[in-house]
Amino acid sequence: MSIRILFILLLSLTFYGCSSTEEIQDDASVVDQGRTLGEDADSQAYGASEGDHQGMSALDDPNSPLAKRIIYFEYDSSDIGPEYRTTVEAHAAFLTANQSVVVTLEGHADERGSREYNLALGERRAESVRRQMSLLGASATQFRVVSYGEERPAVDGHDDYAWGQNRRVEIIYR
Amino acid sequence: MFRKNFYLTLLLITGSLAWFNAHAIEIIIDKGVEKPLPVAIVPFGWSQAAALPPVDIAQVISNDLSRSGRFSAMEEKDLPQRPTDFDGVNFRDWRLLGMENLLIGNLTLNNQGDYDVEFRLIDIYKEKQIAGFRIPSTQAQLRRTAHEISDIIYEKLIGIRGAFATRIIYVTVNKNQDGTKIFSLQISDADGYNPQILLESNEPIMSPAWSPDGRSLAYVSFEEKNSAVYIQDIQGGTRQKIASNRGINSAPAWSPDGSRLALTLSKDGNPEIYIFHIASKTLRRVTENAAIDTEATWSSDGKMLAFTSDRGGNPQIYEVPVEGGLPKRISFNGTYNAGPEYSPDSKSIAVINGESGVYRIGLLNRATGQVSILTDTRQDESPSFAPNGHMIIYTTTGARGNALAAISVDGSVHQRLALQDGEVREPAWGPFMDR
Repeated sequence: MSIRILFILLLSLTFYGCSSTEEIQDDASVVDQGRTLGEDADSQAYGASEGDHQGMSALDDPNSPLAKRIIYFEYDSSDIGPEYRTTVEAHAAFLTANQSVVVTLEGHADERGSREYNLALGERRAESVRRQMSLLGASATQFRVVSYGEERPAVDGHDDYAWGQNRRVEIIYR
Repeated sequence: MFRKNFYLTLLLITGSLAWFNAHAIEIIIDKGVEKPLPVAIVPFGWSQAAALPPVDIAQVISNDLSRSGRFSAMEEKDLPQRPTDFDGVNFRDWRLLGMENLLIGNLTLNNQGDYDVEFRLIDIYKEKQIAGFRIPSTQAQLRRTAHEISDIIYEKLIGIRGAFATRIIYVTVNKNQDGTKIFSLQISDADGYNPQILLESNEPIMSPAWSPDGRSLAYVSFEEKNSAVYIQDIQGGTRQKIASNRGINSAPAWSPDGSRLALTLSKDGNPEIYIFHIASKTLRRVTENAAIDTEATWSSDGKMLAFTSDRGGNPQIYEVPVEGGLPKRISFNGTYNAGPEYSPDSKSIAVINGESGVYRIGLLNRATGQVSILTDTRQDESPSFAPNGHMIIYTTTGARGNALAAISVDGSVHQRLALQDGEVREPAWGPFMDR
């Protein structure tokens, strides 16, 4: 029995390992194997012994809703738009399933107006995301909220496009 | 591979050189008063005729006065004569040119290797001395001495103490070759000379604030991957971390007596104003509201705090007694008022006034509640008063990023302060320094 499971595992490792190597050029094959195993029904046995490893791998799937790590905001607003519902729910579900994982929510603002007000606004945005994820089941200890205000823009320009890109919360797993 | 390494080494060398080499700010006058006061500043006599004087005192004074926008200094080539003492002044020559005020003086190297700077400010029409002083100085202090003379001239002719012999602090941002940023906190003379780096970091630095005695500053640094407030001794460079709680630690503002700092902390849930007592390290909470409360500023009598809050739906200025009480909204013009700073006489508060996506520096009159707009650019912030209340220095953002500018409170004088490269922002004008 145990030999049979091992055989299937080895088979799937080989199979998925190869196919994913073609998809993603520069990632270590170990990570790819972990990810593909996570999607395999047979991997339950494997996942039970190394739960976090299985969970973390889902973060590396570019097709998973977890791959979306940035939520953008309207001017002077910390309301999360309906288009980010899937993203927030996916991260909340991931955190709920992986209680040892800690995520950093990094709040940012565009450059207009007061720097100190923007620092507060960045925090309010990150808190808004944290609150939603908490309501969906993640626990308080899983969050680190930090605001950079307008000090760390994603785009350095001084126009509507740059401002839109900079009003954001980044979801960061380390 | 070798080439790449060589290039990297070169970068490291030039990078580290930049550490010690802060770039000076150049000041450009955009606009001055309509009828600036004519003044002639004669090159100072110099005791060591064989060598050039270490500082051209007359030139420094001339630049100060011209830059203020309130004076027009006669060009050196147009001077009809170059007297160095009162008896040598030919009043008729100056009157014919319509000159009203004349500054003459002497620079002397004394036996101790130090300097004596002696000057006389003369009223041409009355043929009288308005002011005359001898100021002992040193080679390192000569520029400062020249600025002090400018301060005296400003006071005698305009009626209020000049703010030339003061310093400013500001934050610069430069990009490394790899696109990463380097933030630095700098101090320079008010004319941009003698820039020195006080702190350099790969993480943002913001909100520098002077202590009232001009010896220390407080600022926010993200060097530990979150905002934290530090106090640093300017001369010695020693520093102390005073707030690094969970959440925001920001917006330091010194009380006028120097004993306390107003801070914004969100450790108890959301951004609130606190007062930190420096000696006892105790903290007292001032505001309590679910909205954002931040960036407090002290009235000059130390009794009131003005701060930004969006408790009414959008950011506006509120005032609260330092001892506590119910905050009262004081700004009503426009949908956005933030970044308050009391004028030295506390009759007005400089603010960032936002309307239809345009952010300008405004002056909020405390008696009437009206905001008068001073600047005409689109993205201005971080206003800071000169200690005499005549000028406001601020950040303006254009296509090339952040730069500094200054405007007189009556709007008549406008200057741009340009850095050779990189961005410069968050200026804070230092206090008068007693000699």
